[in-house]
Amino acid sequence: MANLKSKAKRSHPTISTASLPDIIFILLFFFMVVAIIKEDNLLVKIIPPQATELNKLNRHDEINHIYIGEPTNRQVGTAPRIQLNDAFAEMNDIQRFIAGNPRKYSTTLHVDKQVTMGIITDVKTELRRANALKVHYASKKKVEQE
Amino acid sequence: MKRFDNELNAGSMADIAFLLLIFFLVATTIDVDKGITVKLPPWTEEDDTIILNQSNVFSVKVNGNDELLVRGELVNVSKLKERTIEFILNPDQRPEMSSSPKKALVSLQNDRETSYETYISVYNELKAAYNSIWEEEALKRYGKTYENLIIAEKKAIRKDFPLVISEAEPTDFALK
Repeated sequence: MANLKSKAKRSHPTISTASLPDIIFILLFFFMVVAIIKEDNLLVKIIPPQATELNKLNRHDEINHIYIGEPTNRQVGTAPRIQLNDAFAEMNDIQRFIAGNPRKYSTTLHVDKQVTMGIITDVKTELRRANALKVHYASKKKVEQE
Repeated sequence: MKRFDNELNAGSMADIAFLLLIFFLVATTIDVDKGITVKLPPWTEEDDTIILNQSNVFSVKVNGNDELLVRGELVNVSKLKERTIEFILNPDQRPEMSSSPKKALVSLQNDRETSYETYISVYNELKAAYNSIWEEEALKRYGKTYENLIIAEKKAIRKDFPLVISEAEPTDFALK
Protein backbone atom coordinates (compact mmCIF):
# COMPACT_ATOMS: atom_id res chain seq x y z
CA MET A 1 0.00 0.00 0.00
CA ALA A 2 2.76 2.37 0.93
CA ASN A 3 4.56 1.62 -2.33
CA LEU A 4 1.45 2.34 -4.36
CA LYS A 5 0.95 5.66 -2.66
CA SER A 6 4.49 6.88 -3.29
CA LYS A 7 4.30 5.68 -6.91
CA ALA A 8 1.07 7.63 -7.38
CA LYS A 9 2.66 10.68 -5.84
CA ARG A 10 5.69 10.58 -8.15
CA SER A 11 3.60 10.34 -11.34
CA HIS A 12 2.07 13.82 -10.70
CA PRO A 13 4.48 16.43 -12.03
CA THR A 14 5.39 19.05 -9.47
CA ILE A 15 5.60 21.87 -12.04
CA SER A 16 2.36 23.80 -11.88
CA THR A 17 0.90 24.37 -15.34
CA ALA A 18 -1.44 27.08 -14.11
CA SER A 19 0.82 29.84 -15.42
CA LEU A 20 0.90 28.53 -19.01
CA PRO A 21 -2.35 30.20 -20.02
CA ASP A 22 -1.11 33.44 -18.48
CA ILE A 23 1.75 33.49 -20.96
CA ILE A 24 -0.70 32.94 -23.79
CA PHE A 25 -2.97 35.69 -22.46
CA ILE A 26 -0.04 38.10 -22.51
CA LEU A 27 0.51 37.33 -26.18
CA LEU A 28 -3.19 37.69 -26.79
CA PHE A 29 -3.42 41.10 -25.15
CA PHE A 30 -0.42 42.22 -27.16
CA PHE A 31 -2.22 41.30 -30.37
CA MET A 32 -5.44 42.91 -29.22
CA VAL A 33 -3.69 46.18 -28.61
CA VAL A 34 -1.53 46.24 -31.71
CA ALA A 35 -3.81 44.81 -34.32
CA ILE A 36 -6.53 46.44 -36.36
CA ILE A 37 -9.72 44.60 -37.14
CA LYS A 38 -9.75 44.10 -40.90
CA GLU A 39 -13.14 45.31 -41.97
CA ASP A 40 -12.89 44.54 -45.66
CA ASN A 41 -12.89 41.16 -47.28
CA LEU A 42 -10.76 41.27 -50.35
CA LEU A 43 -12.83 40.33 -53.36
CA VAL A 44 -9.97 41.03 -55.68
CA LYS A 45 -6.49 39.58 -55.92
CA ILE A 46 -3.89 42.12 -55.01
CA ILE A 47 -0.13 41.76 -55.13
CA PRO A 48 1.18 45.23 -54.26
CA PRO A 49 4.17 46.69 -56.10
CA GLN A 50 7.46 47.34 -54.35
CA ALA A 51 8.89 50.74 -53.59
CA THR A 52 11.53 52.33 -51.42
CA GLU A 53 10.14 55.79 -50.66
CA LEU A 54 7.45 54.71 -48.26
CA ASN A 55 5.41 56.68 -45.76
CA LYS A 56 3.46 55.07 -42.98
CA LEU A 57 -0.16 55.94 -42.48
CA ASN A 58 -1.36 55.98 -38.91
CA ARG A 59 -4.93 57.27 -38.78
CA HIS A 60 -6.72 54.12 -39.89
CA ASP A 61 -10.22 55.32 -39.19
CA GLU A 62 -9.80 58.36 -41.41
CA ILE A 63 -8.84 56.52 -44.58
CA ASN A 64 -10.97 55.37 -47.47
CA HIS A 65 -9.86 52.14 -49.07
CA ILE A 66 -10.17 51.41 -52.75
CA TYR A 67 -9.07 48.01 -54.03
CA ILE A 68 -8.41 47.40 -57.71
CA GLY A 69 -7.49 44.05 -59.16
CA GLU A 70 -8.71 40.87 -60.76
CA PRO A 71 -11.64 39.32 -58.93
CA THR A 72 -10.80 36.23 -56.89
CA ASN A 73 -14.03 34.62 -58.03
CA ARG A 74 -13.35 33.85 -61.68
CA GLN A 75 -17.03 33.67 -62.51
CA VAL A 76 -17.24 37.43 -62.32
CA GLY A 77 -14.66 37.76 -65.07
CA THR A 78 -10.95 38.41 -65.25
CA ALA A 79 -10.96 42.13 -66.01
CA PRO A 80 -9.79 44.30 -63.12
CA ARG A 81 -12.63 45.53 -60.92
CA ILE A 82 -12.91 48.24 -58.32
CA GLN A 83 -13.85 47.31 -54.81
CA LEU A 84 -14.98 50.06 -52.43
CA ASN A 85 -14.85 48.86 -48.83
CA ASP A 86 -16.46 45.48 -49.25
CA ALA A 87 -18.40 45.38 -52.47
CA PHE A 88 -17.70 45.76 -56.14
CA ALA A 89 -18.37 49.15 -57.63
CA GLU A 90 -18.13 51.01 -60.88
CA MET A 91 -16.27 54.18 -61.79
CA ASN A 92 -19.24 56.48 -61.26
CA ASP A 93 -19.81 55.17 -57.73
CA ILE A 94 -16.54 56.65 -56.56
CA GLN A 95 -17.66 60.25 -56.18
CA ARG A 96 -20.70 59.20 -54.17
CA PHE A 97 -18.52 56.93 -52.06
CA ILE A 98 -16.15 59.78 -51.20
CA ALA A 99 -19.00 62.20 -50.52
CA GLY A 100 -20.64 59.63 -48.26
CA ASN A 101 -17.61 59.47 -45.96
CA PRO A 102 -16.83 63.10 -45.10
CA ARG A 103 -14.74 62.30 -42.03
CA LYS A 104 -12.12 60.50 -44.05
CA TYR A 105 -9.39 62.75 -45.32
CA SER A 106 -7.21 60.39 -47.27
CA THR A 107 -7.68 57.59 -49.78
CA THR A 108 -5.52 54.52 -50.11
CA LEU A 109 -5.35 52.76 -53.43
CA HIS A 110 -4.55 49.08 -53.06
CA VAL A 111 -3.81 48.03 -56.60
CA ASP A 112 -2.47 44.81 -58.02
CA LYS A 113 0.84 45.42 -59.73
CA GLN A 114 -0.33 44.06 -63.07
CA VAL A 115 -3.31 46.38 -63.47
CA THR A 116 -2.83 48.83 -66.32
CA MET A 117 -2.83 52.59 -65.88
CA GLY A 118 -6.04 53.23 -67.82
CA ILE A 119 -8.40 52.23 -65.02
CA ILE A 120 -6.18 53.84 -62.39
CA THR A 121 -6.07 57.18 -64.18
CA ASP A 122 -9.86 57.15 -64.42
CA VAL A 123 -10.11 56.41 -60.70
CA LYS A 124 -7.72 59.28 -59.95
CA THR A 125 -9.79 61.62 -62.12
CA GLU A 126 -12.89 60.64 -60.17
CA LEU A 127 -11.03 61.29 -56.92
CA ARG A 128 -9.97 64.71 -58.18
CA ARG A 129 -13.57 65.52 -59.06
CA ALA A 130 -14.64 64.43 -55.59
CA ASN A 131 -11.88 66.61 -54.14
CA ALA A 132 -10.21 63.66 -52.41
CA LEU A 133 -6.72 64.87 -53.19
CA LYS A 134 -4.68 63.02 -50.58
CA VAL A 135 -3.93 59.73 -52.19
CA HIS A 136 -1.71 56.91 -51.00
CA TYR A 137 -0.45 54.09 -53.20
CA ALA A 138 -0.10 51.00 -51.05
CA SER A 139 3.17 49.22 -51.68
CA LYS A 140 5.57 46.80 -50.09
CA LYS A 141 9.06 47.67 -49.01
CA LYS A 142 11.44 46.85 -51.79
CA VAL A 143 13.76 44.03 -50.82
CA GLU A 144 17.29 44.99 -51.78
CA GLN A 145 18.78 42.42 -54.11
CA GLU A 146 22.51 42.11 -53.79
CA MET B 1 -13.09 6.54 -0.36
CA LYS B 2 -11.86 8.35 -3.39
CA ARG B 3 -10.51 11.75 -2.58
CA PHE B 4 -11.63 14.34 -5.06
CA ASP B 5 -8.83 16.33 -6.48
CA ASN B 6 -9.80 19.96 -5.96
CA GLU B 7 -7.31 21.42 -8.39
CA LEU B 8 -8.51 22.65 -11.74
CA ASN B 9 -6.55 21.12 -14.56
CA ALA B 10 -4.91 24.20 -16.01
CA GLY B 11 -3.80 22.51 -19.24
CA SER B 12 -7.12 23.13 -20.96
CA MET B 13 -7.03 26.82 -20.06
CA ALA B 14 -4.03 27.10 -22.35
CA ASP B 15 -6.06 25.54 -25.16
CA ILE B 16 -8.82 28.11 -24.72
CA ALA B 17 -6.26 30.86 -24.81
CA PHE B 18 -4.69 29.41 -27.98
CA LEU B 19 -8.09 29.38 -29.66
CA LEU B 20 -8.67 33.04 -28.88
CA LEU B 21 -5.19 33.88 -30.06
CA ILE B 22 -5.65 32.08 -33.36
CA PHE B 23 -8.96 33.87 -33.85
CA PHE B 24 -7.23 37.20 -33.44
CA LEU B 25 -4.36 36.25 -35.72
CA VAL B 26 -6.81 35.32 -38.43
CA ALA B 27 -9.25 38.20 -38.06
CA THR B 28 -6.89 41.11 -37.74
CA THR B 29 -3.84 42.56 -39.35
CA ILE B 30 -0.83 44.33 -37.95
CA ASP B 31 -0.35 45.74 -41.41
CA VAL B 32 0.87 49.27 -41.17
CA ASP B 33 -0.39 50.71 -44.38
CA LYS B 34 2.83 51.63 -46.11
CA GLY B 35 3.13 53.27 -49.45
CA ILE B 36 3.78 56.38 -51.45
CA THR B 37 1.68 59.43 -50.63
CA VAL B 38 0.88 61.91 -53.33
CA LYS B 39 -1.28 64.99 -53.49
CA LEU B 40 -3.43 65.10 -56.59
CA PRO B 41 -3.94 68.44 -58.30
CA PRO B 42 -7.46 69.88 -57.96
CA TRP B 43 -9.82 69.15 -60.78
CA THR B 44 -10.17 71.81 -63.43
CA GLU B 45 -12.32 71.70 -66.50
CA GLU B 46 -9.70 73.42 -68.59
CA ASP B 47 -7.02 71.58 -70.42
CA ASP B 48 -3.74 72.38 -68.73
CA THR B 49 -1.22 70.79 -71.01
CA ILE B 50 2.25 72.20 -70.68
CA ILE B 51 4.61 72.70 -73.56
CA LEU B 52 7.15 69.98 -73.29
CA ASN B 53 10.32 71.31 -74.82
CA GLN B 54 11.11 73.95 -72.30
CA SER B 55 14.47 73.62 -70.65
CA ASN B 56 12.88 73.61 -67.20
CA VAL B 57 10.71 70.59 -67.89
CA PHE B 58 11.97 67.06 -67.33
CA SER B 59 9.68 64.91 -69.39
CA VAL B 60 9.28 61.23 -68.56
CA LYS B 61 7.08 59.16 -70.81
CA VAL B 62 6.20 55.51 -70.28
CA ASN B 63 4.63 53.44 -73.02
CA GLY B 64 2.44 50.37 -72.94
CA ASN B 65 5.49 48.10 -72.94
CA ASP B 66 6.82 49.70 -69.75
CA GLU B 67 9.69 51.41 -71.56
CA LEU B 68 10.81 54.86 -70.51
CA LEU B 69 11.51 57.82 -72.73
CA VAL B 70 13.29 60.46 -70.67
CA ARG B 71 13.56 63.75 -72.60
CA GLY B 72 13.42 61.78 -75.82
CA GLU B 73 15.98 59.19 -74.80
CA LEU B 74 15.37 55.53 -73.99
CA VAL B 75 16.47 55.05 -70.40
CA ASN B 76 16.30 52.24 -67.85
CA VAL B 77 14.37 52.86 -64.64
CA SER B 78 17.51 52.34 -62.58
CA LYS B 79 19.12 55.39 -64.19
CA LEU B 80 16.10 57.61 -63.68
CA LYS B 81 16.99 58.80 -60.20
CA GLU B 82 20.45 60.09 -61.05
CA ARG B 83 19.19 61.72 -64.24
CA THR B 84 16.48 63.52 -62.31
CA ILE B 85 18.93 64.74 -59.69
CA GLU B 86 21.32 65.91 -62.41
CA PHE B 87 18.51 67.78 -64.11
CA ILE B 88 17.22 69.50 -60.99
CA LEU B 89 20.56 70.51 -59.55
CA ASN B 90 22.21 71.16 -62.91
CA PRO B 91 25.71 71.37 -61.40
CA ASP B 92 27.39 72.21 -64.71
CA GLN B 93 24.87 74.96 -65.42
CA ARG B 94 23.90 73.42 -68.75
CA PRO B 95 21.39 75.56 -70.64
CA GLU B 96 19.20 72.61 -71.63
CA MET B 97 18.71 71.63 -68.00
CA SER B 98 16.82 73.47 -65.29
CA SER B 99 17.81 77.08 -64.74
CA SER B 100 17.15 76.72 -61.02
CA PRO B 101 15.76 73.93 -58.81
CA LYS B 102 12.87 76.21 -57.94
CA LYS B 103 11.73 76.26 -61.55
CA ALA B 104 12.36 72.59 -62.32
CA LEU B 105 9.26 70.63 -63.22
CA VAL B 106 8.82 66.93 -63.89
CA SER B 107 6.18 65.92 -66.34
CA LEU B 108 5.05 62.31 -66.35
CA GLN B 109 2.96 60.70 -69.02
CA ASN B 110 1.90 57.06 -69.14
CA ASP B 111 -0.02 54.98 -71.61
CA ARG B 112 -3.25 53.32 -70.62
CA GLU B 113 -1.49 49.99 -71.01
CA THR B 114 1.44 50.83 -68.74
CA SER B 115 1.56 48.42 -65.83
CA TYR B 116 0.97 49.83 -62.35
CA GLU B 117 4.20 48.21 -61.20
CA THR B 118 6.21 50.28 -63.66
CA TYR B 119 4.26 53.42 -62.81
CA ILE B 120 5.04 52.96 -59.13
CA SER B 121 8.70 52.25 -59.73
CA VAL B 122 9.00 55.37 -61.93
CA TYR B 123 7.18 57.49 -59.34
CA ASN B 124 9.34 55.91 -56.67
CA GLU B 125 12.54 56.88 -58.47
CA LEU B 126 11.34 60.45 -58.98
CA LYS B 127 10.41 60.73 -55.32
CA ALA B 128 13.71 59.12 -54.36
CA ALA B 129 15.55 61.76 -56.38
CA TYR B 130 13.81 64.56 -54.50
CA ASN B 131 14.24 62.82 -51.15
CA SER B 132 17.96 62.50 -51.72
CA ILE B 133 18.23 66.17 -52.76
CA TRP B 134 16.33 67.21 -49.62
CA GLU B 135 18.47 64.91 -47.49
CA GLU B 136 21.68 66.45 -48.85
CA GLU B 137 20.31 69.95 -48.36
CA ALA B 138 19.25 69.16 -44.79
CA LEU B 139 22.75 67.99 -43.94
CA LYS B 140 24.31 70.99 -45.64
CA ARG B 141 22.11 73.62 -44.04
CA TYR B 142 21.31 72.21 -40.63
CA GLY B 143 23.67 69.29 -40.10
CA LYS B 144 20.78 66.91 -39.42
CA THR B 145 18.98 64.34 -41.53
CA TYR B 146 15.79 65.51 -43.24
CA GLU B 147 13.54 63.52 -40.91
CA ASN B 148 15.00 65.19 -37.84
CA LEU B 149 14.22 68.68 -39.00
CA ILE B 150 11.39 70.72 -37.60
CA ILE B 151 8.52 71.52 -39.92
CA ALA B 152 9.64 75.08 -40.63
CA GLU B 153 13.08 73.87 -41.75
CA LYS B 154 11.55 71.18 -43.94
CA LYS B 155 9.26 73.76 -45.52
CA ALA B 156 12.22 76.01 -46.23
CA ILE B 157 14.05 73.24 -48.06
CA ARG B 158 10.93 72.19 -49.94
CA LYS B 159 10.39 75.77 -51.00
CA ASP B 160 13.78 75.87 -52.68
CA PHE B 161 13.46 72.39 -54.16
CA PRO B 162 9.75 71.96 -54.79
CA LEU B 163 8.44 68.55 -55.76
CA VAL B 164 6.27 69.19 -58.78
CA ILE B 165 5.35 66.09 -60.75
CA SER B 166 2.74 66.98 -63.30
CA GLU B 167 0.87 63.98 -64.67
CA ALA B 168 -0.57 64.26 -68.12
CA GLU B 169 -3.57 62.43 -69.51
CA PRO B 170 -2.36 58.95 -70.52
CA THR B 171 -1.89 58.12 -74.18
CA ASP B 172 -4.09 55.49 -75.69
CA PHE B 173 -2.18 53.73 -78.44
CA ALA B 174 -3.64 50.28 -77.89
CA LEU B 175 -5.38 48.71 -80.85
CA LYS B 176 -9.07 48.47 -80.10
